[in-house]
Amino acid sequence: MASAKEVKEVLFGPIFANNPIALQILGICSALAVTSKMENTVVMCLALTLVTAFSNLFISVIRNHIPSSVRIIVQMTIIASLVIVVDEILRAYAYSIAKELSVFVGLIITNCIVMGRAEAYAMKSPPMLSFLDGIGNGLGYSVVLLTVGFIRELFGSGSLFGYQILALASEGGWYQPIGLLVLPPSAFFIIGGFIWVLRTFRTEQVEPKE
Amino acid sequence: MSKKNESLGKTLFVVIALCLVCSIIVAGAAVGLKPLQVKNAALDMQRNVLDAAGLLEPSTDVVAVFNDRVDTRLVNLNTLEYVEQVDGKSPTDYDPIAAAKKPGMGTKLEKSNDIAGIGAREDVTKLYFINDENGNLETVVLFIRGYGLWGTMYGLLALESDMNTIRGINFYEHSETPGLGGEIQNPQWVASWQGKEVYGDEMETVQIDVTKNVTSEEHDIDALSGATLTSNGVENTFQYWFSDKAYGPLLEKIRKGELGNG
Repeated sequence: MASAKEVKEVLFGPIFANNPIALQILGICSALAVTSKMENTVVMCLALTLVTAFSNLFISVIRNHIPSSVRIIVQMTIIASLVIVVDEILRAYAYSIAKELSVFVGLIITNCIVMGRAEAYAMKSPPMLSFLDGIGNGLGYSVVLLTVGFIRELFGSGSLFGYQILALASEGGWYQPIGLLVLPPSAFFIIGGFIWVLRTFRTEQVEPKE
Repeated sequence: MSKKNESLGKTLFVVIALCLVCSIIVAGAAVGLKPLQVKNAALDMQRNVLDAAGLLEPSTDVVAVFNDRVDTRLVNLNTLEYVEQVDGKSPTDYDPIAAAKKPGMGTKLEKSNDIAGIGAREDVTKLYFINDENGNLETVVLFIRGYGLWGTMYGLLALESDMNTIRGINFYEHSETPGLGGEIQNPQWVASWQGKEVYGDEMETVQIDVTKNVTSEEHDIDALSGATLTSNGVENTFQYWFSDKAYGPLLEKIRKGELGNG
C-alpha cells in the first residue's frame, strides 16, 4: 500500500500544482460550454469526477490483462459505459439538468482528462491510487470550472444557483449584467485569468522562454 | 505486460469479456432506471402544456394543477369523434407523434400536401382541454410540428375558447441553431404570439404570417432575424396544422359546440 504522502500528492496534487486544465490544458471544451450556470457546473463536475475515478479504477484493475494493441479501445469502452450510466442516472433523478447537459455529458467520453489519466496513470498504477488520482484530477477540473461558473453566473446573470444576488437593471435594480459572460467564449478569458493568477503564485509552472 | 497478453486468443477474450460486462452494466442501468425516466418525461410534458397555456409559474405545482384543470382527450381527426383509447393506450399514455409513423395509426402525406414537412400525420390526436376555476373551457392545447432548418420543431399551441385567438406557444423540442433559429424559445418572441388570431374573420383561411414586415396587428408575427428558414418553418407549421387537412374541421366543430363532452 502506498504511503500517506504519496496518497496526498495523488489526491491533492492536481488541484493547483498539476491542474489538468490550468497546467496540462486538457478538457477545456466542456469548461467553456457548461459554466454559464452554477447548477449545471456542479453536476458536470460531479459527473466528470466520478467517471474519471471509476474508469481509472476499473482500467487499473484489469491493466495487466489489457493487450496493448487494443488498449485504447478497451479504455474507451469502459469510459463510454460509465458515461452512459451517468447519463441514465441524471435522466432519472435530475431531468431538467439532464436535458441541458445531455450533449456535454456524452462528450465526457472524449474528454481529454479522462482518457489522459487512464492512459498515463491507471495503466501502470495500482487500483486504489488510480481511483484517488481520478478523484484528484476531477477536483482539479472542478476547481477551475466552479471558479469560472461562479464568475460567469454572478456577473453574467446576477445570480448564483438560480437565486438572484444582484438586482438586475432590467427588473428595476442597479446591476447591468455583462452579456459577454453568458456566452461560451468568455470562459476563455476567465480560464486565461485563472492560469495567470496561478502562475503568479507558482512561478515553477511558467514555461521557460524559447 | 507479458507476451501472453498479445496473443490473438487473449486479445479476443479480453475484448469480448469486457464488452459483455459493459453491456450488462449499461443495459441494467437503462432498464432499471426506465420507470423513473418515463415518469420524468411525462411530468416534463405536463409542464410544457401548462407553459404553453401560460399557467406555469416557478411556484406552480405542476401535477396538482394538471390533475385539477386539464382534461386530456383523444380525437380522431378523420371522423372528428372522441376516442377512448388507441391501440390499448389511454389518453395519458398515447403519443400522437410516435403514432403518426405507425401503420394503421397514421397517414402518409403526399409531398404536395406536406407543407410542414412532417412525412405522416397521426389519425388520432391528443388535446388538452384546460378549464378555469369554475370548470368552464378556457384553453385548448394542441400538438403542432413542422420542419425548420435542421430538423422537426415540436410545439404546443394554446388557443382560447374561440378556437382562434392564440394564448401561448411553446416549442419544447427542436434542433435549430442556438442564438438564431433557437430563439423560437425566446420568452420575448414567444410572448409576441399572445393574442394573435390564427384565422381571418370568416374562419376559413389561415392568416398567421411570420414576416419581417409586420403589417397586421392580428395575424403577423415578427420573424426571427438571421433565421429565415426557421421562421418559414413555423409559418408552414401553422399553414398545415390549421388547414382543413389537419385541425381545421375539428376546431370548427369545437367552435360550434358540437364536439360535446363525449
